[in-house]
Amino acid sequence: MQSVLLIASTVILLGSLGYTLFRLSSGRLRPGRTNLSALIIVFILLSADLWLRGQIQRSCPINSLFDVVVFTAWSTTLIYLLVGSAYRLSLLGAFTTPLVLFLLLTAEFAPLDRSPAMRAIRDPWIEFHASLSLIAYGAFALAGLAGVMYLIQDRQLKKRKGGTLLYHLPPITDLGIANTRLIWLGLALLTIAFAAGFVSGMQVNTIKFWTSATIWFAYALMVVLRQIHTLAPRRTATLSVVALAFILITLPAIQHLSAPK
Amino acid sequence: MTILCAGINHRDAALEIREKFAIGDHELVETLNHLRAIEGLSGAVVVSTCNRVELYASSITPAPVMNAIQQFLRSRTSGLEAPFFTKDSLPSVRHLFRVASGLDSMVVGETEILGQLKQAYSAAAGHGSTNAHLNKLFQHAFRVAKQVRTETNITRGATSVGSVAVDLAGKIFGDLGGRKVMLLGAGDTSERVARSLVSRGVRTVIVANRTFDRAAALADQIGGLAVHFDHWHTAFDEVDILICSTASPHPIVTREKLEPILRRHSERPLFIIDLAVPRDVAASVNELDNVYLYDIDSIEKIANQSLNIRQAEVVRCEALIDTHVTDFMHWMRNHPTPTL
Repeated sequence: MQSVLLIASTVILLGSLGYTLFRLSSGRLRPGRTNLSALIIVFILLSADLWLRGQIQRSCPINSLFDVVVFTAWSTTLIYLLVGSAYRLSLLGAFTTPLVLFLLLTAEFAPLDRSPAMRAIRDPWIEFHASLSLIAYGAFALAGLAGVMYLIQDRQLKKRKGGTLLYHLPPITDLGIANTRLIWLGLALLTIAFAAGFVSGMQVNTIKFWTSATIWFAYALMVVLRQIHTLAPRRTATLSVVALAFILITLPAIQHLSAPK
Repeated sequence: MTILCAGINHRDAALEIREKFAIGDHELVETLNHLRAIEGLSGAVVVSTCNRVELYASSITPAPVMNAIQQFLRSRTSGLEAPFFTKDSLPSVRHLFRVASGLDSMVVGETEILGQLKQAYSAAAGHGSTNAHLNKLFQHAFRVAKQVRTETNITRGATSVGSVAVDLAGKIFGDLGGRKVMLLGAGDTSERVARSLVSRGVRTVIVANRTFDRAAALADQIGGLAVHFDHWHTAFDEVDILICSTASPHPIVTREKLEPILRRHSERPLFIIDLAVPRDVAASVNELDNVYLYDIDSIEKIANQSLNIRQAEVVRCEALIDTHVTDFMHWMRNHPTPTL
């Protein structure tokens, strides 16, 4: 049943992405409701999938790398639905769709560890720490996507050539604001998640600790420099994209190191 | 019942001829009364804009009614030879649908004509000059126009310097409410662009011109502030949009001059519209972070690009219109007698 839900989600996202690319290539891209509707359905399907696996594992289903990747796809969709529509950023859905699709394809086709039952998290503080960390990564993912959109819009405006994307991407000022606020949101969630981790007194692998601390420190530095106007919006956007790439690369390693032995 | 259409428009008649035919609001009732008096005419709508004067009518005796309409039009020429057009039945229906959709406009895809058509129809209906066939025809035309606008790119993009500037400002700042504009030089085009921006909510306009009196006069007209030209940079700190159009032979705004000013600019983007030839702003300014520089060539290129996109959409629009013309003609065949 769970795999049916994941396959259905993947098919819906593929359809939505294909439709967006077709509209873009024919010059008839309209920031309609296709991506939003697709992501709402995918959110419901992924929620059902997580609930079913949670029932089987009797804990939040983040006990294997496969679980973590699916949970990150779910949290990215959640943050998009909560925050994306609030900022009314057209096309954010079109940028979120490929990222969520990439995560789902990775979960389904990459040779990931899928055996959670042997090492399910039982401590509620650790469970809270782990799930909130992944939701924070969802916010950082959205910040990275807003950063990509900012850089594309900046390039379109600098090139002075008009074009479909220029007209459909949101104003660059709004993208800069969304980028910064999403980093703030992710940082706040990650800080609470780390605090919960400390409260639980969990044993942390040194490499995992320093990788997580580096991510937290990098985002904290970004918001501080942004706040004191030392970091320009364009550089903030660039750094948020680099940081997202770093998270996507290191997430499997962190999960591997944090798994209870 | 046959739909008739006759008149004059920008395709065949120059402005000096069109203006002789223009039917002002004060003449409208008289004109409609005159048309209603034509024997065999059962309804009439008069459309008079700067680009066209067109009369739409319905009749069960089309030939004599068309003659009478032509006679009426000739009576307004005062001996001037004018290129009238006449259409009946299907071509007249197609013509109205094309007009409503902006396909027959001087700037293809413009939407102002739809409002003008609605106004003309509402005036005729208010006067009691329309019948069931004309009511159906105009309501159908408004539906066609809406569909064409939503399902094609015919209204895509801006096509004038002013509207391109407003569009770009929107893509940089989003809401223009509360933004501050500075005019360096008080040329006609820069004044038009400034007015377009003010109509979209820009808060303050500062005008700096070598002739202070001209700056003061323009500032007075558009509700702005005038500053002496030599002091423009002192008033620049909170400016979001700079419009340049001086006659200076060398760039006035250079990277070296702008960089220290931008340090006080709180990271807000700066949109520079350089309408001057030779250019007032050094091209290297566009390399600065958060600065977007557009000269007259780049703005005109974007306007032309929009026009090309619109032209490419005409075929799709015509196909949509053809479907609606067929539907309407089918309805006409099923409702041959006038219903009041």
